[in-house]
Amino acid sequence: MSKRSLALLLILGVATLVGGLLLPNWMSYLFTIAMGKGLVVLGLVLLMRAGLVSFGQGLYYCLGAYVAGMLTQFAEVTDVLLILLASVSFSVVIAAIIGLLLCRYREIFFAMFSMAFSMILYGLLVRNQVLGSTDGFNVANPSLLGWAPGPEGASNLVLAVAVLLVFTLGILAWRYLKSLSGYAGEAVRENEIRLEYLGGSVFKIIYVKYIIAAGLAAIGGTVTALVSGHVDPEMAYWTTSGEFVFIALMGGTGHVAAPIIAAVLFESLRTYASAVAPYTWQMILGFALLAIILFLPSGLWSLVERFQNKKPRKAP
Amino acid sequence: MKQLLAILVDGSVYASWLFIISAGLTLIYGVMRILNMSHGSFYALGAYSGASMVGWYFSTGSVPWLSFVVLIGAALAAGVTVGLLVERGLLRFMYGRDEVVMILVTYAVLLIMEDAIKLIWGVEPYFAYQPYTMLGRTKFMGLTFANYDFMLIGVSILIGLALWYGLNRTRNGKLLRVIIHDREIAGALGINVSKIFTITFVIGAGIGALAGALTAPGLSVVPGMGIEVIVLAFAVVVIGGLGSISGALVGALIVGMARATAVHLYPEVELFVIYAVMGLVLAFRPQGLFAVANARKI
Amino acid sequence: MSALLKTVNLERTFGAVIAATDINIEINSGEIVGVIGSNGAGKTTFINMVTGYIQPSDGDILVRGKSIIGKSPREVSLAGVGRSFQIAQLFQELTVLDNILIAHGFSVDRKLNFLKPLRSADKVGKVRSVLREYEIEEYANEVVSTLPQGVRKLLDIAMAMLSKPGLMLLDEPTSGVAVEDKFLLMDTVMAAIRKSNAATLFVEHDMEVVLRYADRVLAFYDGRVLADGPTQKVLSDPKVQELVVGHHLDLSDVKYATKKDSDHA
Repeated sequence: MSKRSLALLLILGVATLVGGLLLPNWMSYLFTIAMGKGLVVLGLVLLMRAGLVSFGQGLYYCLGAYVAGMLTQFAEVTDVLLILLASVSFSVVIAAIIGLLLCRYREIFFAMFSMAFSMILYGLLVRNQVLGSTDGFNVANPSLLGWAPGPEGASNLVLAVAVLLVFTLGILAWRYLKSLSGYAGEAVRENEIRLEYLGGSVFKIIYVKYIIAAGLAAIGGTVTALVSGHVDPEMAYWTTSGEFVFIALMGGTGHVAAPIIAAVLFESLRTYASAVAPYTWQMILGFALLAIILFLPSGLWSLVERFQNKKPRKAP
Repeated sequence: MKQLLAILVDGSVYASWLFIISAGLTLIYGVMRILNMSHGSFYALGAYSGASMVGWYFSTGSVPWLSFVVLIGAALAAGVTVGLLVERGLLRFMYGRDEVVMILVTYAVLLIMEDAIKLIWGVEPYFAYQPYTMLGRTKFMGLTFANYDFMLIGVSILIGLALWYGLNRTRNGKLLRVIIHDREIAGALGINVSKIFTITFVIGAGIGALAGALTAPGLSVVPGMGIEVIVLAFAVVVIGGLGSISGALVGALIVGMARATAVHLYPEVELFVIYAVMGLVLAFRPQGLFAVANARKI
Repeated sequence: MSALLKTVNLERTFGAVIAATDINIEINSGEIVGVIGSNGAGKTTFINMVTGYIQPSDGDILVRGKSIIGKSPREVSLAGVGRSFQIAQLFQELTVLDNILIAHGFSVDRKLNFLKPLRSADKVGKVRSVLREYEIEEYANEVVSTLPQGVRKLLDIAMAMLSKPGLMLLDEPTSGVAVEDKFLLMDTVMAAIRKSNAATLFVEHDMEVVLRYADRVLAFYDGRVLADGPTQKVLSDPKVQELVVGHHLDLSDVKYATKKDSDHA
């Protein structure tokens, strides 16, 4: 990436951070949650470019959140960096195990099995009294390298961390997609047999992507847990994973920025809808999903590409 | 010994319930190559229609045993109507698309139906316990069983036989099996694939709704009851082999027994056990037990 | 020195169907072997077994003296066996350049990079020269699904040849290609192959192509090798003419095409 682009991104990052801090509390709260979810969707997009739709990213989103919660509540560890490290490590290990089975499958099997695994976690959490069952439990305020801010400071801290994560991970993801590994995803989607004949291991390629996606989902979950101060099993429920898929389709897989922007849009729309039409949110999502599939299968980013006169990439 | 009997009976009852639910799902997949995520909503639809009609029926003070007819009739009517609507109004425009896209489409239908059910019936639970209690109980070897559950086993056997007869002895059934094996050739042979698709989807939806209605008397009908059903039904169908009805039967038995064992011995791992069993079967037969063969690609 | 490829009593059945049986052959470096036979005679089954796509029911396959039984297509590729496909197997929605870059990354570099860009100047330069060798460089930025069959087949073969395999299997390289372009395609491909001294087996239905390019011919019939020997000898064998070629091939009457200077493929 050129020095100029890097500089521009740095400026954009700082601007986003400052802008976020200046927003009224409820807005910066929403913004932070949106960024967390955006990271989950970024991981999902990596998988979708390889032709795999996971209906179970909620598993790692929830794991990331619960690890964060448990560390602050039961182990009295509140340092943001430590928490992130722990939640990512834990989720990556779980993903490495589950992936051994899951990544042998494609298409509907992959979609449904991934959903099944997140529902298994949901089932386990709901029956677990220590972790609060369906109510979940509260998460204490995070700190950073010894600095322990009060509640408002904590929200700002998480916002800042989220912005930092979004920009650095976004840049890394962008570079990843331009590497052999990134292109390999599309090769897998287009022609697995050919890839094997070229000496590529399709399983390995998918396995790595699955683990990366899990890590990103865990980070998203941690961010959500820390800013909202609460975790509950709903995060592993199929509806949560379904939302991630919806946001991914809404944004499209064309660029690493698409999932983040789509997530912000989604959260804004959801906030508006819950004020105006609270009992029909799912129905609205359903119709919107159909509309996207029928009219905008490459997501909103395809509109950006059309504006730039590029051909929109193939829909998942 | 007593526990073993309890597990066997519970397992059989649960297996019957699973079979009725899964049969519709696997039929639709086998013929149309669509994994119908909204199957759970049809289940819920059947439960709500059945339960609410039964509730109304008993308030009119009519003959008690006819409530079964009301239960089943309401569910079938709702399932068939909505099934027809969904297939003719939406799905038939999407055939030929990627399988995963079809999941997303049926997922959208699921979302819409879930809220539609909430709008029509509200969020309070429904109870239609009368058919359940009406049949009384049986005491055997120190255990008490509800006769309704035995009836459920009987109904599932009936449905199984009806499906077997329909697929193997009737002309339309044989056409269905041709389509299951090769949709393109079927079309080339002049089979009206579009009509068969409609029939299949409506039957699948109807059976799904029926499953819901039959379950309703045993528990409370609440929002979201359809969702967990999909996860279970999928496990059953995958174990048996997508598209195979006999597979669904065997899968239902395996899952039913596994789950009953878990529930009696270590309840927390119920769902985990079911998926562990599925993982085990797939480790040895990745296509499921009775899968339809796939042709070579290169 | 052990043969590059050796099969011993190779057999493959599918239930009651004997797709291939009693296949005993040896191929050495530099040999160019035409494989002929009518549809269902066992040619593609043979290639699928040699590349690890299906496993034989009986017998052994040795590449450079080592058995490849039980190996996956991936492992067999890494052992130095290349293959092109009857229907070109490409990454349809990607460009020609991306296709060959990916092929290069996996079959030559063999390292799964995460952050190094695939389209680096020097890599692009390297693969462009390969495209030039196969005379398809002008299509570098076109999406594969928009290209004619001839170009796709050339790309398919180019991608398989990148890792400089010792044994190259071409499954009907000219099928689907316009008649006037067949020889041009084969000229290009054979020139590239002769440079690498790879042993080559190509399945072909067009006898003129076989006559022009093969030193040796394997004739398959009903799952067995009916004849194995120098091209002229096998093709003038009356049994081969009766069962495989299907008509009396007058070898003195074969026309040889000349390479056109104008555009092709």
